[in-house]
Formats: sequence, C-alpha cells, structure tokens
Amino acid sequence: MTETTAKICAGDIRSASRLIRDLEDRIPEARPRLKQLFQYTGKSFIIGITGAPGAGKSTLTDALITEFRKQNKTVGVLAVDPTSPFSGGAILGDRVRMLKHAEDEGVFIRSLATRGALGGLSQAAGDAIHVMEAMGKNVILVETVGIGQQELDIIHHAHSVIVVLVPGMGDEIQTMKAGIMEIADVFAINKADRPGAKQLQTELTGLLAASPLTPGAWKPPIVSIGNLYEPAAFAEQTAELARKISDHHAHLLASGQLSHRMERQALIEISDALKSCILDPLLRELTDSGELKRIAQKVKNREADPYTEAEALARRFLKSGEK
Amino acid sequence: MSARKIRVMVAKPGLDGHDRGARILARCFRDAGFEVIYTGCHQTPEQVAAAAIQEDVDLVGLSCLSGAHRILFPRVVELLKEKNASDITVIGGGIIPEQDFQMLYDAGIKAIFTPGASLDSIVDWIRASIQTRDEHH
Repeated sequence: MTETTAKICAGDIRSASRLIRDLEDRIPEARPRLKQLFQYTGKSFIIGITGAPGAGKSTLTDALITEFRKQNKTVGVLAVDPTSPFSGGAILGDRVRMLKHAEDEGVFIRSLATRGALGGLSQAAGDAIHVMEAMGKNVILVETVGIGQQELDIIHHAHSVIVVLVPGMGDEIQTMKAGIMEIADVFAINKADRPGAKQLQTELTGLLAASPLTPGAWKPPIVSIGNLYEPAAFAEQTAELARKISDHHAHLLASGQLSHRMERQALIEISDALKSCILDPLLRELTDSGELKRIAQKVKNREADPYTEAEALARRFLKSGEK
Repeated sequence: MSARKIRVMVAKPGLDGHDRGARILARCFRDAGFEVIYTGCHQTPEQVAAAAIQEDVDLVGLSCLSGAHRILFPRVVELLKEKNASDITVIGGGIIPEQDFQMLYDAGIKAIFTPGASLDSIVDWIRASIQTRDEHH
C-alpha cells in the first residue's frame, strides 16, 4: 500500500481532496492512484439526489447529513454545480446550505463542477465516489446539478435515487413522461406548504398506482416536506425521508437488487474506461497528425462516408494495439 | 503543465452579513474561468479552514466589513497552517484601514484589496500569484 492509499483509507481528508482534484484535472499520475484504491471501494451506500434547479436538493442533502450522523454513520457528499459554457468557470454554492457540518470530522463535503458533462454529474464524479468509498464513508450523498427531464447519469452511480419535486411545475402529463419520473426510488415533494402540493401528491400517487408492479417489487414512497422555517415539522419530515431511504436500502439488500445495480455500475465504468483508453488516444493521435481533418474534408465533400472511414481506422488501430 | 483549473473560495468570516461585494467577486472569478466555492456569511474561521481543505482550493478570499479582520483573517491562516495546508493562499478585502495592512501581511495574508480596487486587478493578482501544486515541486 502506498502512502497516499494508506492515508486515504485512513480517512485523511487532505489526501482525498487532493486526489479528487488531480482526477478532475486529469493529471496522469492520478489514475494509478485510483487503481490502487479500487480494491478498497464498493462498501458504501450511495444515494443520489436529483431534481430541478432550486427544488431544494442541497437543503435536503443537509438534512440527510444530520439524520445519518445521528445514526453515527460517516458521510461523504459530492455536490455538482454547472460549469459556464463561456468562461469555463463555475460558482459552486451548494455548501452554503451545509455549513453546520463544516467542522464535523465525520462529514466530507466536496463540490464538483460539471466541466462540460451533460448527464447531470461531472466526468470525475464516479472517480470521486470511489475516493470517498475508499475513505470508508458509510453513506455517500451525490447531489446532481439542477436537471430537466433526462440528465440521468446519477442512476449509473447511485444505489438509491431520490427525485426532489416541487409543486407548480406542470400537470399530470408531465408525471407520465419517460425520464426523471422513472428513476425515483423515493420521491420527495419539497416546499409542500406551497399551492399545488396536494395536486402533485395526487398525480404522483396515481402514476404509481398505474405502474405495473411485479410481486415483491419496490414501490417508490412519496415524502412531503414543508417549510424549512418550521424546524420541528421539517426535522420530522426529513427524518421520514431518511427512513424511506433506509427502507429502500434494506429492500436492495434483501432482494438482491443491490448486487444487480452494482453490476450495472461496473458495466458502465468498464465502457467509460474503454472509451478513455481506446477512443481518447485514437482521437488525439488523429488530431495531432492532421488525419482527422483530412478525413473530415473527404466526408464533407461526400468523397467518403463516415462509417467506412471509422471502420478502417478502428481496424488499423486495434491491430497496432495488439503488438 | 496540464491545464489545472484554478479553484478559489470566497468566504465571509464573522458576524458581518453584507455580502454584496463577496458575491460580485465570486461572479467575477467565475467569469475569469475559476471554479469558485461560495460559502456565504457568518462563518467561523474553523469552518472556513475546514471547507478550504475539503475543497482543495488554491486560494481563500476573505471579506470583512465589520472591523474584525485583525482577529479573523490571521486565525484562518493559523488554522490552515495547523492542518498542514499553508500552501493555500489567503487574501483579504473589505473595509480595512491602511494601518492594519502590515499587521495582516505579517500574519500571512498575501494581499489586501479595499474599496476602489478593480475586479481586473484582483483577477490578475490571483493569476500571477497562484502556484498550482505542480509548480511547487
């Protein structure tokens, strides 16, 4: 075990946050370190929190940290916010809602910028989850950017997905659509003190009642959460949310679904890794040599088709890789 | 050198709740291409230092308009040092009388920007002064 690996496995925040930074910045030395860590990962319960911008994801994440800390669980949080398509900069403001945990040694909160990723997470999110797993965090909360209907990469990383909805976002046709409404393991209706919350609850209940259920399948519960400034009720409602999440965890374990989801996650990770070790170097080489540009010209002038060109390139590169 | 993204944190320690300036700075840093961790008002120096380490920032910008900078700013530097993170640069801004500058520099604050400082001058200072980690070794 190298020094960095040992430190991260012992829970050292400084080493972990630095490795996450290196992974985000794609520093070549970071990948071997992640490889060494990998054997110590896979034991944390990973919870995704997703929903529209301003729905209250960070506030609920904060409340969930409190709940899991009451159970003496160590918590990692990854909070993703968008990168500017113009400047490349980002405002990472999710921590503002989680300040009270800043000094708790059992909580490690790290903000990530999307850096161009379109699925609601950042490219390094999966790697950052692994770093937190190796630290031995019992629970890892992954908060996506504010999403629309189908930025759903969170399902490739989380064991349980919490979809946070707020009243007033559309009629029941919206709840029937594919995408975000399908991925919830638990629904949270946030800001439920606002007009339209009852209607949303009714529509959601209707949606779930109309979904075909196989025997023993999980039926996503709906938890309504009202005004943050009525602290006693808010605490009770967020505790209920935490209980439903724990129920889902128990269901995943008992039904074998957890292992199924982890396998799905492994498949995605392999395919991502393949892309980064086949496609990225190939594209880099073709770009550097100018060949990509020449082929693009040919395709543009309709002297060649992209499929034949790609097949020829793939054959050539896969052969040269065998040597 | 790889394309390291500059990460900075903007924080307001202490009881001062006037964060218009800090917010303008955060947006200005965003537009300069930095990743900005914005942590808002009413924080203890302990919270600021812990967050800076968890976020692995290159620089912490402290804003204080209440007059408590003589206590709060040096404390952040001290805590970072205690946590073996003195490579994180700390700068300050706000209503800071000139006679306090030397005291703050001596305490490890690397730069002070007061009302009238242009946004560009702050961004330029950061670009010129930040050593991302790879340049250390």
